[in-house]
This record gives sequence, structure tokens and C-alpha cells, in this order.
Amino acid sequence: MNAMPPKRRGAPLAAKLVANMLLLAVAASALVFVSSRAEAMKIQEVKSPGGVTAWLVEEHGIPLIAMRFAFESGNAQDPDGKEGVANFIVSMMDEGAGELTSKQFQERMEAIAMRMSFDDSRDAVYGSFETLSENRDAAIDLLALAIGKPRFDADAVERIRGQLLASLAYAARDPDRVASEQWSALAFAGHPYGRPANGTPASVHKIGRDDLKDFWSNTFAKDNLRVVVVGDIDAETLKPLLDKVFGGLPAKAKLKPIAQVTPAATERLKVVEMAVPQSVARFGLPALPRKDKDFIPAFVLNTIVGGGVMSSRLWEEVREKRGLAYSVSTTMQPFKHTSVFAGGVATKNEEIAQSLDLIRDELKRIAADGPTEQELANAKSYLTGSFALRFDSNAKIANQLLWFWQEELGPDYVDTRNAEIDAVTMEQVKRVAKRLFEREEPIITIVGRPKGLTQTPRRS
Amino acid sequence: MWTAPTSPRRLSFLLVLSIMMFAQSLATLKASPIASRVSEFTLANGLRVVVVPDHRAPVVTHYVWYLAGSADDPPGTSGIAHFLEHLMFKSTDKMPSGEFSKIVSRLGGQDNAFTTHDYTGYFQRIAKERLGTVMEMEADRMANLQLAEKDVLTERDVILEERRSRTENNPSNILSEQMSAALYRNHPYRIPIIGWMHEMAKLSRADALAFYKRFYAPNNAVMVVTGDVTADEVKRLAQASYGKVKANPEVHARVRPQEPPNRTPRRVELKDARAGNASVRRFYLAPSLPKAEPGEAEALYLLMKIVGHSSTSRLYQRLVVEEKLASSAGGWYSGLGLDSGSIGVYAVAAKDVGLDKVEAGIDRVLHELREKEVSADELERAKKAFIADFIYETDSQSALARRYGEGLVLGLSIKQINDWPVAIAKVTAEDIKRVAAQYLDIRSSVTGTLLPVPAEAESDAARPSATVNKS
Repeated sequence: MNAMPPKRRGAPLAAKLVANMLLLAVAASALVFVSSRAEAMKIQEVKSPGGVTAWLVEEHGIPLIAMRFAFESGNAQDPDGKEGVANFIVSMMDEGAGELTSKQFQERMEAIAMRMSFDDSRDAVYGSFETLSENRDAAIDLLALAIGKPRFDADAVERIRGQLLASLAYAARDPDRVASEQWSALAFAGHPYGRPANGTPASVHKIGRDDLKDFWSNTFAKDNLRVVVVGDIDAETLKPLLDKVFGGLPAKAKLKPIAQVTPAATERLKVVEMAVPQSVARFGLPALPRKDKDFIPAFVLNTIVGGGVMSSRLWEEVREKRGLAYSVSTTMQPFKHTSVFAGGVATKNEEIAQSLDLIRDELKRIAADGPTEQELANAKSYLTGSFALRFDSNAKIANQLLWFWQEELGPDYVDTRNAEIDAVTMEQVKRVAKRLFEREEPIITIVGRPKGLTQTPRRS
Repeated sequence: MWTAPTSPRRLSFLLVLSIMMFAQSLATLKASPIASRVSEFTLANGLRVVVVPDHRAPVVTHYVWYLAGSADDPPGTSGIAHFLEHLMFKSTDKMPSGEFSKIVSRLGGQDNAFTTHDYTGYFQRIAKERLGTVMEMEADRMANLQLAEKDVLTERDVILEERRSRTENNPSNILSEQMSAALYRNHPYRIPIIGWMHEMAKLSRADALAFYKRFYAPNNAVMVVTGDVTADEVKRLAQASYGKVKANPEVHARVRPQEPPNRTPRRVELKDARAGNASVRRFYLAPSLPKAEPGEAEALYLLMKIVGHSSTSRLYQRLVVEEKLASSAGGWYSGLGLDSGSIGVYAVAAKDVGLDKVEAGIDRVLHELREKEVSADELERAKKAFIADFIYETDSQSALARRYGEGLVLGLSIKQINDWPVAIAKVTAEDIKRVAAQYLDIRSSVTGTLLPVPAEAESDAARPSATVNKS
């Protein structure tokens, strides 16, 4: 009857892993493709008369248009003491614009079956928009209004503040959320990435209408904007619509500089006590930026260790052989100003120590010995073979291309990416395993009542 | 994979996600402009097959559903349907233990599985050239499962961890589980899909194999392929793989204990330090789409869209916007159960507002719907949303596969599924008032409250402890 199916396998956790800190980490695992779709898919760069550039993939097979866009900015730009502004603003974008109050705006959206939502990460504010072809122009008008003339009415601000505070109260008791937030706080202490992405009750209380307006006018601009459109529309039709939505924005965003940072902590293990039967752990280490020559080998390595969830070493050791967890996985994500190898596992309090010991051992072991030839071949065939699965819907194509663009990859990356994976050698993977895992133990946060954690490192 | 940025409403959704675990997506059964592309045929051994071509990308999505879910767990072995779902990834005569997913992965595919009260499903998404291989593999484990005792015991630990992750670590889910147990007094929908912990801990290899033998057979399954393929190709591949599996003449229709008339409202209260803000929710019994009179389920879907689907809904507008009693509020209708459906409503109390006031607010909103017809404008917007959802669904191979596969499993015909928008369009405001009056009946409901315990009793709350140096 009425239940979402309990999913057997842990893949979703890879996404939830480091929810706040690594919102985009999920996208990294999406970095993965097959060439066949790429060959069939033509990416056009469309420049509007008003100076807005978009990537466009035409797909006239179904009467839908999907748009994804990103403003480089994100909650790293939240003013000090007012953490949570970016998260606040993305919750306000359908709360009235132009002459339309919140309720009028939302009823209008429903009347034309338009889908619009916004989200924030550390480094960007995202927009997602979908419309049926038949309602295209009306939907574009409404999107333009939301982006160009948000109202931030006082009553809507207070209502959303109430929801944000309730959400924070809930998150404070959610072991996954707490473990992720604590990991960021520990590994990025003193840096904007170390702050709670959605703020704290105290900071959210302090956020006023002016803070929202300032953030909006600083962030919603043209020079930090990337737009991807996929669906039932051609370039000439799209151009004026791009101007209608984005053309009126300021030419330049006003962003404060964010320092480069490397995850670091002198204390490698932090426990937050919570009365739950199962301990939830997050672990992580510095990784490599996209421009590093070892980035792709590191990406393949992550697949072997914990990213190719159901065939990874950690899955095998922790779940398949010992039944210690429902889910264990890792991800590798370059942020704009850092890069992280991060993972998560959840095991009953009595045995979490064993799960973490196994994970540490596997990282050491692969640093010392590298993977087997078979593991390397399997990871490469998974990564290249599954690439096409990322491109089987308009929405997925749009998400994927926007991500590549944010990573400063060109449209041609779609065509060259599988060759880059195929070219990875055993020597490269061994080298990068040493670079990532040899020097230091992972930084770990645990939420729960873990038993039997040792005070000092075990052997090794 | 990156999911699209979530709705701004995720603030409230976050709070109720766990409640929603017990509601299924409303977006599952919309009719289609793709109706003409859908083919259906049945193999000689009774396996029903649906094919929905989508040639936009060179990939396919392959699903198999068994007409066996947790509501078919024999008494005392709750969770066995779900446990077997896990064990299906172990060995067969040909497949070494644990290799199934690894092979799919090496082939560049992704696979997973899921269990509900009414069915168990398995799927792979993969390059179209590999479809024949994964069909062979799926057909193999339909008939030739082999279970080693050691594998069974290890996997049992995994499902116990799964229950800890999903339920024990989450008070909201504990409450919903208790409420379902109170809502159904006789039907096995009262038992959680994953099972009760004490029974899960004793599940055995023999339990799993008995369930497998009873239910896993081509004449008790539905297979769907969507993607870059034609019906003829699928037919050929299906005959070469599934076609070799023998029908099981022992398979017969599932008969489960049904609900008696409900005569008294029930209340459940959970106090938990982990609860966040106080909240209230209520479930009502309602007929499911397969069991309802014609048009009734459609009216219930529209009713609950108007009552609780978004921030334009009655509950949100009244409780959150106008009366400021709640920080979020909403509701839904779950109509895709074989034997029964349910209605759910919820609200999270605003700061310093008592739950009794919040609950009274919910009752006022529901009372109006029983007494007065919804407006033409509300009804029109709700209908448009359903019909548009149906079109949006055509962007996803998996969503299409689930639409047809789950529809067949629940006893609907392809035509009924394709005609869904027509059925929705026929509903009148009077129909909606009638189902509201009939099914928003407090006597067949359970109300649950979730209360954070007072701060002074919170010694167990998230309290940073002395940290431990480790390295």
C-alpha cells in the first residue's frame, strides 16, 4: 500500500553523505558518461542580443522545455553573523514578484503548470525551470518576474523564517545532518565553508529584508550566470527569451573573495553524542582540484574505493562481507575553493568502531598496494559505460551540462571525457592513491553513542 | 547524480519527508500522449510484458515486478518480502554470490530493487546493447536462486542496520509506523514493510526460500522495458530468456485479512527528545484506486491536492499564512494500494502554539470541505496539475516504466492507465464534496502527535562531548 519502497541499496546515501558541505558532490558522481549519447547530442552555444550566453540542446520529441541556471555565489557569500541568507533567498523566489503577491504568484504558476525552484550550494545559487511547450511564453514571463522583481514582502519573509527555523530544529536532531555539518565545521574551521550552510537559529533571526535584497542584487547578475536549456525550442526562439529573463540584470555581480582552503584538523575524530541506536559517521580528506593532472585518475580511484557504490571495496568489506552497514560510500568533489574526498557510513553504536577501522585500513591498503588490474578495468568500464545514463532525459542533460560548465569544462568535454577515463593507467592510480591516502588519516565526525573507539591510533 | 535544485518548499518538506514515506507519489498514474507507443503482450508462461519505446538516448530501463509484497509476509516473519529482495542479489546456479550488481556495473549499468506492501521490484538501467544480458540475468534469478547460510546471516545484519537508519534513528518515522499499526486493525498494512525488529532478527534462509517458491514465477510477475528499443526486439529477447522459465501452477491470488468497519478514532503520542518542533498528523482510511467505485479515487486525488499539496493549498493558506498556527502544513491521498488507500494531513506547530490549536485548525479546514464545494478555480488548477504531471513524466524512462508496471500489478489495464487524464477531467466539485464527507471520517482515523520532551529532560540531546584525538 502506501509506502515509498525501502530501497535496498545505499546509493542514495552517496548523495546525502555530506549533504550541506557537499551538496554538489552528488553532481560529481554524475560526472560520468558514455559516448554514444554525446555523439547524438548537439550542444549549441547561444548568445542573446542582450549578452546572455546559454548552452542549448534541442529535443523536440516531447513537448517540454527544461532550463537550469547557476549564479556563482552561494552560501559562502553569506555575511558573517547572518549565515543562512542564501538559503533564505532561495526559499523566497516564488513568494511574490512584480505586482503579484505570494499567493497570486503561486496560483499563476499552477495555472500554467510551470515548475520553478531555487537552491543554494557553497558556491552557487541554482535555478530550475520547466514548462510545457504550450505554456512557454507565459512561463518565461513569470520566471522573468521572479528573477528580476522579487518582492520580499514582510509577511512572506516572516512566514519563511518560521519554516527555516522549524527546519533547523529538525535538522539539529538528524544524525546525518549533524555529522555533515560538524565535519565541515571541523575541517574548514575559520573559512566560510566551515559555517552551517543554512545558518543557525540566531543568525536566521537576524536576517532582515534588506539582507535579502542585498544578497539578491549582489548575486543575480550576468557575469556570474550560466544557463543551460534542453528541450522543445530552437536557438532563434530562445535568444529573446534569455533576454527577457536575464537581460535586465546588472552586468557584474558583487561577490566577496573567498580564500582557497584545504580540509585540515588537528583532532581527527570528533564525537557528538546523540541518543540514537546507530552511529552516523562522516569521513574525509583533502582531494584534488579539477585542474590537477591527477584529477581524472583520482576520480577513477574513488570509484574503486567507494564511489561505484555496489562494487566498491568499502561496500565489499563493510557491507557484503560483514553486514556492518546498510550503506557505505565515498565521493570526490572539487568545490570552487577546495576539493574533498568524503564518505559516510552508519553502523550500530556497538560496532561503528569496527566499520571505521575497516575504512581506515582500506585507505591505507590501497595507498600501499594500489588497486588490482581487474578493479581498475572494472571501474573504467563502469564509468565509461554508464555515461549515457546521465543523458536520457531533458532534465538530466540540463543538470549535467550545467555542472560541466561550472567546472569550466567546454561543451566538447562530453565527447572527450570517456577517452580521458580510458587513458588512466595503473601507475597514475597508484600515484594518486599515495597522494590522497598515505600521509594522513581521515578526519572523522560521529553522531550517536559510539562504543569502543580507541583513544590513540592503532598500529599503522 | 545531481537532482534538480529542490523546491523552496523543501523547508516544510524536510520536516514531513518522513511522513511522506507513507504516502506515495501522486505523479504515478497520468494518461499520456505516448499512449500510442505502448505495447503489451503475454508470454506462454504467463509473464506479462509492456514496452514503451523512447529513442532519445541509446539506453534502456528494464523492470520486473513480482505480485508479492510485505503484506504477504507469513505471520511472525514480518520483513521477509524485503529480506528476500536483498537476497536476490546473492547467488544462482550460474551466478557466484554477490556478482549480480558487479556484472551490471561492469557493463556500465545501474541496478537496484524495492519492496512495498503489495509488490517487489527489480530494475536495471543500461546501454541498449546490454538489454539481452540483463534480461538473462533477471530471468535466471527468477527461478534459480541459491542461498548460502552465511550470506543470509550477513545480509540479515544489513537489513537490521537498514531499519536502524530508516526508523530507529528517526522519531518521525517511528510515529508514522505506530500510526499505521493503529490505523489498520486487521489488514497486514499495519505491519511495516521492513518488518518489526524482533521478527527480522529471526528471519531465516528457510523463510526466504519458502516465500521465493510461493511467489517468484513468470505467471506472478510483470516486466516492463522503456527506452531505445522496439516491442519486437523485446519480445524476441524475452522469449529467449524469461520464456525458458516454467510457470508455477501453485501461484494463486493473494487473499489478505480485510478491515472491519472502523468505529472509533485512535490517538498515538510520541515524546522524543529528537523531535524538533511539535507536530501533528492524521491518517484516514480511504479506498484505493483498485478498490474504489469509479471516479472515487480520482476525486480523492483532487480533494487532497486542493487540501494539502502546495503552498496554495487550503491547509497551508489557512494554518500557515492566515492563522499563523503552523510553520508548515499539507496533506495527500495514497491511492495505489491493492486493498486500501489512505488520506494523510499534517502540520508543524508554529512557535509557542499548542498542538490542540493546530489540530483544531486542521479540523476546521476539513470540515469546510465536507460542507461546501471547492471553487471552480481550485478544481481547474488541480486538474491541470495532474494532467501536466503526466506529460512531465514522459521525460523519464523510469517514471514511465513504473506508471505501467505498477498499474498492471494493481490490476489496472493499459487503457485505464492511459485514460487517467480523462477520468480526472470528469470529476466535479460535487464529487469532491461527497468523498470528503464520506472519507474524512474521524471514526476511521488515527491522529499522531510528536512532541519534543521538555528541555530539562534533554540530557541525551545533541551535546558535543569531549573529542577524542585519533592520530
